Amino acid sequence: MARFRILYFAQAREAAGVRSEEITLDGTPSVRLVVESAIRLHPPLRDLRGGMRVAVNEEVVSDDETVRDGDRVALIPPIVGG
Amino acid sequence: MRPLRSRVTQKKIIPAKVLESVRDKSAGGVVLFLGTVRNRSEGRSVVGLEYETYREMAEKRLAELEREVRARWRVKKMTMIHREGRLRVGEVSVAVAVSSEHRAEAFEAARFAIDRIKTSAPIWKREVLKGGRKLWVDGAPIQR
Repeated sequence: MARFRILYFAQAREAAGVRSEEITLDGTPSVRLVVESAIRLHPPLRDLRGGMRVAVNEEVVSDDETVRDGDRVALIPPIVGG
Repeated sequence: MRPLRSRVTQKKIIPAKVLESVRDKSAGGVVLFLGTVRNRSEGRSVVGLEYETYREMAEKRLAELEREVRARWRVKKMTMIHREGRLRVGEVSVAVAVSSEHRAEAFEAARFAIDRIKTSAPIWKREVLKGGRKLWVDGAPIQR
C-alpha cells in the first residue's frame, strides 16, 4: 500500500479545489494510475491532462514511474515563469 | 559583499543587492538581467501579475541550473531570484546576475539561465486586468 501526498498547482489547484491531499492506493501504483485517481476525485483535472507533467519528490518523472509510501507527487500544469 | 542564495522570494527584489552579490575581484564583467511586469499583454491592460510557485522544486531547479551553468562556462559568481505573490506593473519578477573573467561568458551564461528558468522552473502567473479579472498566462509543459 502506498500512502502519499499529492500537490496541485495553478490551474490544477483550481480544478481540484484543494492545494494538497493524502491519497492511499494499493501496491506500488504508477504515476499514470495516481493521475487517473486524482482525476476521478476531481473530474475538472481531466481537461488539463495533456500539458500536465508530474513530479515525484520534486523530480519530473514519466507516467511509468512508481509512487512509494511517503512520496510527494505534484501535478504540474504548463509553466510560465519569468 | 554578502553572497545571496538563489531562491524564490515574496520580498521585493532589489537589483543593486543582486548585482553586488556577484561582484568579485577576479571578475572583469558582470551581467544583470531583470524581468519586469509589463502594463500590456496582447492588447489587454494589465495592472499586475500574480505568481505562484512550487517553491521547493523551483529552488532545487535553480541549484541544478547553477551547476549546469558552471559546467559550461567559467563563471565567478551567480545569483538567480524569482518572485512569488502579487506584483504591480514595473516590479521586478526575476533577476539573474553573473560575473566572469571576460564579458562573453557572463552574457552567455545569464542568457542561458533566464531561458532555462522559463522552461524548467515550476512557476505560473496570472494577469490581473483592469477591473480585477484574472487570467492564467499560457505556458509550456515543464522540461526535465
